[in-house]
Amino acid sequence: MSQTKRIIAYCCEHGGMGAAERAAKEQSQFASDVVIISVECLGRVDLLHLLQAFREGADAVFVAGCLEKNCHHLYGNVEARKKVDQAKRVLDSLGLGGDRAEMFNLASNQGLEFKQSVDIMIGRVERLGPNPLGAKK
Amino acid sequence: MKADSNLERILTSGKFAVTAEIGPPRSASADLVRKKAEEMKGSADAFNLTDNQTAMSRMSSIACAVVLMQQGLEPVVQMTCRDRNRIAMQSDVLGASALGVLDILCLSGDHQSFGNMKEAKNVYDVDSIQELMILRKMRDEGKLWNGDELDVAPKLFLGAAANPFADPFEFRVTRLGKKAAAGADFVQTQSIYDMERFEKWMGLVRARGLHERVHILAGVMPLKSHKVALYMKNKVSGMIVPDAIVERMRNAKDPKEEGVLICVEQIDHLKSIEGVHGVHIMAVNWEEIVPRIVSEAGLTPRNRY
Amino acid sequence: MIIGEQKPLKEICDILEGHHRILVAGCRSCVAICLAGGEKEVGILSESLRLHSDLAGKGWEIDEVTVERQCENEWVREIAPKIEGKDAVLSIACGVGAQTIQAMYPKVRSLPGLNTSNMGAPIEPGIFMERCGGCGDCVLHLTGGICPIVRCAKSLLNGPCGGSQNGKCEIGKETPCAWEEIYQSLKELGRLDLLEANIPPKDWTPSRSGGPRKIVRPEAVMSETERQLRGER
Repeated sequence: MSQTKRIIAYCCEHGGMGAAERAAKEQSQFASDVVIISVECLGRVDLLHLLQAFREGADAVFVAGCLEKNCHHLYGNVEARKKVDQAKRVLDSLGLGGDRAEMFNLASNQGLEFKQSVDIMIGRVERLGPNPLGAKK
Repeated sequence: MKADSNLERILTSGKFAVTAEIGPPRSASADLVRKKAEEMKGSADAFNLTDNQTAMSRMSSIACAVVLMQQGLEPVVQMTCRDRNRIAMQSDVLGASALGVLDILCLSGDHQSFGNMKEAKNVYDVDSIQELMILRKMRDEGKLWNGDELDVAPKLFLGAAANPFADPFEFRVTRLGKKAAAGADFVQTQSIYDMERFEKWMGLVRARGLHERVHILAGVMPLKSHKVALYMKNKVSGMIVPDAIVERMRNAKDPKEEGVLICVEQIDHLKSIEGVHGVHIMAVNWEEIVPRIVSEAGLTPRNRY
Repeated sequence: MIIGEQKPLKEICDILEGHHRILVAGCRSCVAICLAGGEKEVGILSESLRLHSDLAGKGWEIDEVTVERQCENEWVREIAPKIEGKDAVLSIACGVGAQTIQAMYPKVRSLPGLNTSNMGAPIEPGIFMERCGGCGDCVLHLTGGICPIVRCAKSLLNGPCGGSQNGKCEIGKETPCAWEEIYQSLKELGRLDLLEANIPPKDWTPSRSGGPRKIVRPEAVMSETERQLRGER
């Protein structure tokens, strides 16, 4: 574990935030590297937000939403998946690495899975290295 | 007689005709063409020279036709619409005719995406039916398509392709009718393996009386191996190969022998179908087998008529 | 509508090489509908370019603008303040838009960020198919409303070639055979008779082959006098 990793997590009010709060309560050693941004639904997250996060120095960004077919707003999580895939393509084109962006489908009681998601992203940052723009911000 | 070619005389006289196909080489030397010509001489009444088949550049059909004529064989020049516009087409016809070519087969041509230079721009200024119209006008009116008079009109025996195995099936007979109306004197069909479908098509052809307006030569292709049979079945658009045939090739102790046997059986059967005036043998990459097939099918000798 | 796709990001970055103050210009018309060059796409591309600039130390200044229709002078005129000080415009409108910008601002290099492809329609969300061949001599009345020039890979006019099988074109199983579609359409319309007559060789003069096409509507052309009376530039 080297320097602090900046990980942004957009969490929807239902599945995402639910899981995040469970993780904070139940999981010891919950990584403090993560900045959680609550949104009403993942459908609200724009590709622009994901790219801006990297410009501002984020090492990784993930979105956490409800399980497929369980989106409170029907298909917000489906839309988000497509945007994350788009973000991955842009990040690969730029040589930053598409693996820095990810989406996880979680139910509101999946605290363990939330922590595991964070661990996955931490692992990826370790593999890919820090965002070169992080040092300057 | 339109051109008084050997092929025309045989078909007009009511004799069962035999044509075969020769694939030009990817070479600036015609030695291979001469070799194949020698091997196949006497096995057919006329020999098709393919025209950049599967959109791969090879020695031109007209050039190979000249070589064949030098060896005493009658060529059928194949002329696709893919690589030439009407200006070049008419020019090629005048040249071919001046060099002694009498039989010309008009066809659309495989799309360039099939070939080894997919980046090329295709032409398709005219389609095969329009090509027939143009060539017929040159022959019968002595004029180019725009009406300009030709000093000497070409003598041509015009051919076209027919595919009873492509879709929509109901339209395939209409299409033959269109080709006949456009000027086709004879057609060669795609290789037949699905005899049932071919017979059904012939039934519809006869119902329209088309068998009396255009000479139909049934296409056959001897299969070399099980792999080839599968390839034809699965990878070639517009071809139908029934499972029974694939199985025969798979189980054969000697696949080549089985391929020859199947081909000869087909020819024997085709001879009996009303409206079929001949057979067109496409022994792709296996031209040397043609004399044997023609012989075993009881169709030798092929004397000049 | 005109359909196009953005060039790959790497290619765009290569094209921008040597420039620093760049205006990314989109269009609200066709390219917005095919999700290639509208205001949203301008925003995403601009952010991607800023990210590249920061990572590669290019020092690019990326500005953004989207106009109603990039092919019309009236709208392209309005972006003059945005052009001020720029050394390049990256247009993600169609090729027409990119050329209109270059013509209006000859001192600022207009660069294409989009590969303009064809005239077509969205057949379902996210899927755009070529529909019209722009041949200048429409024969849709003879082919049941299906363009044989561009929907048939060989532009055949007298029915399908021998490679049509199961309704698919010989070039690939994902490509419908236009002549199968024409046949079915005419069958539905009860007009299969239209397939009997042979269509003669086409006059390609009004197509791209005849040279760049100019069409004039004389009732709208203004004389010098009219221009003065109207106070037009």
